[in-house]
Amino acid sequence: MKYWRKPLDFDEVKIPHGEVHIIAERCKGCGFCVEYCPKDVLEMSEEFNRKGYHPPKVVKEGECVNCSLCEMICPDFAIYSVELPDVKTEPDGAQAVAGDGS
Amino acid sequence: MSVTIEEVEAAAQKHPVAPYLRMDRMPHIWCPTCGIGTVMKCYAQALEEADVDMDKAAIVSGIGCTGRVAGYMNLDAFHSTHGRAIPFATGVKLGRPELLVTVFSGDGDLSGIGGNHFIHAARRNMDLLVILVNNFIYGMTGGQNAPTTPLTAKSSTMPFGNFEEPFNLPHLAASCGAVYVARWTCLHTRRLTKSFQEAIDRRGFRFIEVIAPCSTLYARLNRLGSGFDLMRFYHDSAEIKHGADPKEVGIDFQDKIICGKFIDEDRPAMHERMDAHYKKVLGDKYVPMPPEGGWLHE
Repeated sequence: MKYWRKPLDFDEVKIPHGEVHIIAERCKGCGFCVEYCPKDVLEMSEEFNRKGYHPPKVVKEGECVNCSLCEMICPDFAIYSVELPDVKTEPDGAQAVAGDGS
Repeated sequence: MSVTIEEVEAAAQKHPVAPYLRMDRMPHIWCPTCGIGTVMKCYAQALEEADVDMDKAAIVSGIGCTGRVAGYMNLDAFHSTHGRAIPFATGVKLGRPELLVTVFSGDGDLSGIGGNHFIHAARRNMDLLVILVNNFIYGMTGGQNAPTTPLTAKSSTMPFGNFEEPFNLPHLAASCGAVYVARWTCLHTRRLTKSFQEAIDRRGFRFIEVIAPCSTLYARLNRLGSGFDLMRFYHDSAEIKHGADPKEVGIDFQDKIICGKFIDEDRPAMHERMDAHYKKVLGDKYVPMPPEGGWLHE
């Protein structure tokens, strides 16, 4: 990762945080959201919904960056993310990323 | 940080695109891992981002799996007979020229049964946005060979493999005179949404082909796994080439899929040409359809 440079506006960039809402009864268990979540926030759960499918569950709490890719790719309108207005853990997260980058 | 929702009806209304969908008709009939729901989501998102007045938009679809979209969108919708989505949409457009008329149908409906309507609407440059969801097979009727089934792919009517040359749909649309031609897979959700938005702003015959997985028939008959495996396949083999020659974007069986915006040009749409022509020929005797619409107002 030595070619990875720190963006010029790094201090201004705030990583958004999202909250994943899963409508378990709508899910048909296709697994698209689990596969394509860039932060690997989701995982298929062992539980069944009423139709007999395995809906996803959130395994990495607080790592959702509200990219809404799960919402875009879900064919069953069963998942969406909502941006959280203010998260106190944000500075810690930013420092951790800066530490990795340098 | 996460919410798993039990009250389905109340939660569904909070979905970001819920105003554009008939949430009371959900869950839809499409199979698990079918891609049509994703395409519908992208279209609803594009309507939201392009800030389209929902009273000034109409959607027409034909028969087939994709034909159900008209019933699920919260727009003025028409679920027409097999292959006749474009003629109905033409009528809507001529009667109410101010509407954004979208034809949302499948490959069998638009290029097979309604192939003639398709080429003539493109030739006349009817002001329609045509979204064709291509799953390479007739899905709803049991996996018969479609005009888009790639060579050597198996279908229920060609169990030993298809030997008929399939349609290259972007080439067909472009050669018939479409002004906007693009192709995406349903994995390219952001680009597809952007493409829908662009097409909503254009005038003329706009054609967007979307490759979608069919897990129950196409993948099963060809032993390709599930729709999920097809999405992985799109991830590996889709290639984005904007401005590629439409002649060279044909799809072979499990070969690379060239995506992108192939044609984007400007040409007067049919009703504009009609107005200009009649004004020239008939002069003051011609009363064009007013831009705010036809006579059928509420």
